[in-house]
Amino acid sequence: MATKQLFITGNEAAVLGALEAGAKVMFGYPITPATEILQGWIAKTEKDDKLQYLQTEDEIAAGFGVIGAVLGGVKAFTASAGPGHILLQDPVSMAENARIPFVGIMMQRGGPSTGTVNFSQQEVNLAAFGGNGDGLRVVYSASSVAEMYEHVIKAFSTAWKYRLPTFVLGDGYLGKMKATVTLRAPLQSVAATPLLQEKGKATYIRNCYSSEEALGEVLAKNISDWNEARGKIAESESLHASGAKNVIIAHGLVASAVKEALPELRSKSISIGLFRPITLNPLDKKGLVRATESAKKIFIFESALNQFARIIRYELPPKDIEIVEIPKPAEGFTPEEIIKHVEGVL
Amino acid sequence: MTTIMPVSWNEKTKPHLFCPGCGHAIILKQLGFAVDEMGIPRDTTFGIDIGCSLLAWNFFNIDTIQTHHGRTVPVMAGYKMVKPKRVALAYMGEGGAYAIGLQSLLHAAFRNNPITVVVVNNENYAMTGGQMSPSTLPGTITATTPHGKTSGFGPGMKGPELVRGVADKTAFITRASVSNPMGIKMALKRAIENQIKNNSFSFVEILSICPTNWKTNAEASFDKLKELESYYAIGEVK
Repeated sequence: MATKQLFITGNEAAVLGALEAGAKVMFGYPITPATEILQGWIAKTEKDDKLQYLQTEDEIAAGFGVIGAVLGGVKAFTASAGPGHILLQDPVSMAENARIPFVGIMMQRGGPSTGTVNFSQQEVNLAAFGGNGDGLRVVYSASSVAEMYEHVIKAFSTAWKYRLPTFVLGDGYLGKMKATVTLRAPLQSVAATPLLQEKGKATYIRNCYSSEEALGEVLAKNISDWNEARGKIAESESLHASGAKNVIIAHGLVASAVKEALPELRSKSISIGLFRPITLNPLDKKGLVRATESAKKIFIFESALNQFARIIRYELPPKDIEIVEIPKPAEGFTPEEIIKHVEGVL
Repeated sequence: MTTIMPVSWNEKTKPHLFCPGCGHAIILKQLGFAVDEMGIPRDTTFGIDIGCSLLAWNFFNIDTIQTHHGRTVPVMAGYKMVKPKRVALAYMGEGGAYAIGLQSLLHAAFRNNPITVVVVNNENYAMTGGQMSPSTLPGTITATTPHGKTSGFGPGMKGPELVRGVADKTAFITRASVSNPMGIKMALKRAIENQIKNNSFSFVEILSICPTNWKTNAEASFDKLKELESYYAIGEVK
């Protein structure tokens, strides 16, 4: 396992992750807070003539450019945020149906339309369930600069192994914040393989069907593959959750704030732990069930209006647990606030 | 050797699914001959779009990718970046090219992406039932212009001339018509050659007929085509 210590931003970590994963081309359009991913990638292409980039006319073209390059059998990706992420739902819907290993790194912005250019967790619905499909796409949520690097590498492997579009979500600040990190590359990344035959029998990739049954067959296969893969893809982290009477559920940077709040809460003899989904889609249901086995109360903190909570509630088995949702759309949480919220309820 | 059907055609999918009299069949036949004669069926990747062009998703013994709304242009541009030795064709209707996907078409030409874009211009959105398209001629009655296309919707959009305005000087840009199938083949061959030899953008608009939505018989279809040809000049746009 290769390790390296660096002082870098989340956006820089994303670029290093894409490089480590073997990405060869990036398509993108400048947008805060993800712009430095495009710029950082372009800087890498200056030093390596095997790497390419295209600054496209919009994010729709960026996404379809990714699809084109992937159809050429090459690892390709884009990075965007907010309104750009909305436009990317068009190519990602096609990638979802045609099983194209699309990779997108989304640094979430606040609010609808252009909103703020800062922080939010409001692109969870979009990443997991956006587009005219059923949400058969993988969504990682990074909670630190180091994780941004690791998840980007993993995203390429997941995308190519299972042929699923895969997003890595960061919450705005994560792209811009700088941290000293030890980069740990996960196991060797899954190689890119050709999607078109090119020389042999012709390959036909379409996303149009003339009958409900014909499309139904494709969707049934995609859903069956998804159900088989989801247990292998789903990841989570549990911290002191086992046996705890209270469990906080959070993701991304909010989960990092919870980690800072936990020691103080626990020092006050509060039985409390953290369950942090690493993949928001598919969710680690087994991990969630284990982490909440002894829980009487669950706190769901998120910087959006119940987008993450809906995913948790759907997967949570029916049980006598009180669920306290603390949504704070497009605003962050400090550890002190989290402590205050929990103490206010208990 | 002249054959009745192009060798590059996938004969299992013939007879094709286009409406009787549709111009697509004439154009795809000439495209097949062009690819055959250039000896490139194994080197070609065919991108098609939404609308009537999607019916060609398994038309050839050639790798084919179908997408929508003119996005076949950025798909083929992205593909060509990583497969520079392949011949990349992007085939679509004028709705995808000149309306919803115009931004991508213009920028691919502007960047001189070395792909060949083929636009079948039958001056209506045929798959959805004959609505007005950017190239519909003034006064034409369509499903969305019940009293005829008025000046409020502009004149007929001249795609090749528009593309010429932003394209690199090495780009080959031309207009052909289904009234002259040989002319289509020659135009396609020159366009593909430009991609291969000059690593440059090329663009072929082909004026086509749509008897189903035009509600015309064979004679009236070609009469209307003549009208289109008098507005949209055939030949290279320099």
